[in-house]
This record gives sequence, C-alpha cells and structure tokens, in this order.
Amino acid sequence: MTRMRITTTRPGVRELPNVDMTTSLASAQLPNPVLTASGCAAAGRELDQFFDITAIGAVVTKSIMLKARSGRPTPRMAETPSGMLNSIGLQGPGIDEFIDKDLAWLRTRGARTVVSIAGGSVDEYTKLAHRLRSVDGVTAVEVNISCPNVEDRGEVFACHPDTAAAVIAAVRRATAPGIPVLAKLSPDVSDIVGIARAVVDAGASGLSMINTTLGLVIDTDTMRPALGGVTGGLSGPAIRPVAVRCVWQVHQALPDVPILGMGGIRTGLDALEFILAGASAVSVGTVVFNDPGAPLRVLHELQLALGDRGFDRLRDAVGFAHRVDPVEEPAAVEVEAAAPEADDA
Amino acid sequence: MAPVQVRGEVLSLRRLGDYFSLTLVAPGIAEGARPGHFIALAVGGDDSAMLLRRAFSIYRVQERGVYGGTVEIVFAVHGKGTAWLSRVSPHDPIDVVGPLGRPFALPKEPVTATLVGGGYGSAPLFALAEQLRGRGCRVDFVLGASSEGRLFGALEAKRMSTQVAITTEDGSLGERGRVTDVLPQMIERSGADIVYACGPMGMLKAVHRIATAYGAHSQCAVEEAMACGIGVCMTCVLPVTGEDGLTRMVRSCVEGPVFRGDRVRWDEIGTVPPDTVGAPAPVSTSPNGTAGERP
Repeated sequence: MTRMRITTTRPGVRELPNVDMTTSLASAQLPNPVLTASGCAAAGRELDQFFDITAIGAVVTKSIMLKARSGRPTPRMAETPSGMLNSIGLQGPGIDEFIDKDLAWLRTRGARTVVSIAGGSVDEYTKLAHRLRSVDGVTAVEVNISCPNVEDRGEVFACHPDTAAAVIAAVRRATAPGIPVLAKLSPDVSDIVGIARAVVDAGASGLSMINTTLGLVIDTDTMRPALGGVTGGLSGPAIRPVAVRCVWQVHQALPDVPILGMGGIRTGLDALEFILAGASAVSVGTVVFNDPGAPLRVLHELQLALGDRGFDRLRDAVGFAHRVDPVEEPAAVEVEAAAPEADDA
Repeated sequence: MAPVQVRGEVLSLRRLGDYFSLTLVAPGIAEGARPGHFIALAVGGDDSAMLLRRAFSIYRVQERGVYGGTVEIVFAVHGKGTAWLSRVSPHDPIDVVGPLGRPFALPKEPVTATLVGGGYGSAPLFALAEQLRGRGCRVDFVLGASSEGRLFGALEAKRMSTQVAITTEDGSLGERGRVTDVLPQMIERSGADIVYACGPMGMLKAVHRIATAYGAHSQCAVEEAMACGIGVCMTCVLPVTGEDGLTRMVRSCVEGPVFRGDRVRWDEIGTVPPDTVGAPAPVSTSPNGTAGERP
C-alpha cells in the first residue's frame, strides 16, 4: 500500500528540497513550471509588486486583439462557490500599444513572456501572429481560440475541430518556427481529445487547457442575470477536477504533446495534480485575485511536494499518474516530514 | 508607495451603530496610506470558498505604537464575506493587501472644502479633513444615511469642521432627507471651492452635479465591485474621460477609487458608451454573452 503524508506547508517554513524544476513547452525552455494565466495577470506589472515575476516560469499575458477593445458593460463578475464567473469581454489596448508598452516593459524587466492572442477571424489571428513575429521577447504564443467568433455566429473556434485547426494552422504559418504555438482549448466540448488532435495536426506545438467553462448566475434580488454579458466564464478551484480530467484524457491520447495545465490551481498540491495528469507546466489564474503572491507560493509548494514524493526532477512526475505497473512505483514509500510542522501552517 | 501583501492580525472588532469597525495589525500598510486609499482583504480563511478580495476604504491608520502599524476600516454586513468579517476575534489572521488605489487629491492652497459622506462612505473623509485642516483649509461636513444607526462619524465630523449638516431619510437624526437636499445651501454659505465625496454611485453623481452648478470642483471616491483590488481582473471598470478627451473603461482600483467628478460619465456607468475607445460597433455584437473566454 502506498501511504503519503500530505503537507500544506507554506514557503519559509521548510527549506526547499533539491528538485530540478526545469521544464519545457515544446522548444521553450523554462526554469520552472509555474506560469501566470491569461487574463489573470494583466501584463505582469501589477503582480511584480507582490513577487518577482522573473522568478516564475513565464508571464502569460491577457489575450490581446488587433484593435483596442472596451470589453463588456459591468457587472462583469460574480463570485461563485470556490470560483467566479466573469464576462470581461477581452478589454485591452490592441496589439500595437501592447507591443510598445506592455511587451517592452516585460522584456526590460527580464520576464519570460507567453503572449496570448485572440481574434474574431482567421485573418485577425494571422495578423496578430505577424505583428509578434517582428518583436523580441516572445517565449511562446498562446492562441485563445475560446473567444467569441464573429465568423461563426457566436460560437467559439475551439468548439469545432475544423475551425480550431484553421486558426492554429494560420498562426503556426505566421509565427517564427522557433516559437512554440500553444492552442488554448475550451472544456465546453463533447470530445476534447478530438479538438486536441485537430490542432496538433494543424501545427500546434502544445496545448493550454483549460479555458473557463460557460456559466450563468441569476441575481435573486433583481431576478435577472447577474452579469452585464448575461453568461460568463467560470473559473477557480470549482472547475479544477474538470481541468484535470481534460489534461488526463488528452495526455493519455497524445502523450508526446506538451500541455500547459490550468484551472483552479490554488496550492502546490493542486499544481501537482496537473503535472501527474500529464501537464509539463501549469498556470495559476483566478487564485491570484485572492492571493497576488500565489504563483511563487505555488512554485515553492510544488517543489516541496515533489521532494516529499522522492522526485529529483519535475520531468519525471509529468504524467506519472498514468503509470500502469504498480509493482515498479519508485515513489511507493512512506514520506517522512523533515521537521515538525503544523499541518495548518 | 507600492502596495504590500501582509498577513495581518485582528486587533479589535467593535460595533458602531449598524456598522462594524475592524482594526488590523498590518505592518507596512499604515506608513504609505493616504486619505482615499483602500485595502483588500481575503475573507474566510486559507481554504475559503470565497475567492474574491473585499475592498474597504481606510478609515484611519496608526503608523507605530505597541502593536506596530495598524489599519482600521468600517463596514456593514452585506453578504457572506462581510458576515465572516463580523465574526472575527482578536489575533485571527487576515491577509491584507494595501494601500491600494489613488487617494484624494489635496489642494495646494488653503481652500474651502465640503466633505460629503453617505453611510459608512464617510470613513475615509476624517483623515482627509485632518490633512485639509493641516493645510489651512476650511472644512465642512455633510453626512447622510437612511437612519441614525447608519450614520458614521457624526461626532467626529463636528469636532473637525466649521459646519456640519446631518441628514437621515427617516428623520431619526438631523434633517429628514438626503445629503443632496442640504448640500446646495452648505456650499452657498461656505463658498466651497471643492467638494469631496464618498458613498453610493447615485449620491456621487448628484453631489458632482451640485458642485458643478456652484462652480466647485469635485473629488469622488467610487464604490465599484472588485475582485482583486490590484488591477489585474478588469471587473471594476467605469467609463471615464481622460485628459485627451477620450473615454475609456478604466479600473477603479488602480486609476480610482477617487476620480475628478467631471471625468466620470455618471449617466453611463454600467454601460460602455458608444464613443468609448474600443467600443463595439453598434450592430456587429450579439446581445447574448457567448464567452467562455478569459477576462
């Protein structure tokens, strides 16, 4: 029997074990596997007040569009149990201002940057990718294909294999060959493996999963939808099991495709679930609203958790939950805590 | 000063009429706090199902003393988060982020100022009054609420000002009515150059209109629903016109909560005015939210 002592130790309480945390997303080499999540970190500057953004794997910027966009009317947010519903509507300055101000700042700051792009048509995605091709400081491009699609009557690209593939193929062609293209997938599909296969066949270097899942909150005082945008995207720990399931299914079907896992990661153990399910790296998103220092905290907690389980390298833990032969489990040992500690520290 | 995130500790919780006053030991926050700044609290403990931070105007701070820096807020129980806050005990830990936002702008000259507070919205005005008086300004107060129990700081206002007007909607204290019923005569009597206000949006809008009618500037601290308080979630936006004359949906947590009254598109809060930078083309958007997208 395997028995593991689960700790909830916070950083500073214990010394970090010697675990090789380096990872990669296709050709992008990262010093560690914890990133921010698109739309939950703006362009890094605000969070840099709370932790050193160069110390995490990368900053994933808020999805940027070709032109400035005002976003949706308020209310844009409703709190839900262990989560939140949002309908921001991709508010942003547009790609040119983003490159001149935000990306320039991130480059000067020395942060690795995954730029998330969003468009209403294949052509817009192509133009965005072209604009990024000419600038330095892009570690990878994350393609948000889970945003409203005016070419497809309000559907999202990520809901159909063919539309998803069309966008990814175009972005792949327009992006420098050495820069990974990550397709951000929506969980709101009946066959996420089918979508994953389609975008990988179209040239995606890796997959970001998952985006928010569509939800609705009714305000029982006004007896109307709580959000100005009516529906919204649900995020936070409430969706974590859905996200882990998606990562698990896709990794099982496509074990060689790198996955950036996300969806409700709050602690290092949450991150570990994604790694064990098959993610090579993780994004910490909504929880940043609760704890602006969360990405660095999660990184430290993940490192402790890996050390506790006998892993010398993060890479060895990727997909570890899929192992089939229980007789050869290297981590099937009782893990002792190094020092007395409070479980509720 | 950049905001900090600290593990604060409850020093005291007191009932004040229908409100609560909560004092937290939170080193590093008091030192940089200016009138109009706010703090954002995590509620419900480490494993709370309530993820969103609750934002509160700073009532007052103490930079040093027996407990190190302390910060005090005033709140009403509105929902689960504030209900949790109303049950904390001394020494309970609470994660605090602050000081946040842009504070009230202070005049360089010794002007005449009227400070208008609705309900516990008056909380940040007392520290402001102190600073204004320190600059030789005349300070008058107008405080209003639905009833006496929901007035905050009437005695303190009297102590700090030349003139005080109190209104309650039920007439339980002061004049029956709203702050905006007495504000015109207050401004007339004092010749106020500037009106500072904090309270519900409807009140701010009316206060700004009156101030403008009397040729006074206004500085309004808005209350928008926030999720993070630090500028990353983009939920607390409102339409504000910038110096370039263009309207943008701006974050009240980092570009506010205090705005010049003449910059805010008061009538269009809750909407995206069509001339906003990046506003959708009138016909091309679907009214039905289709987004499973990230903010």
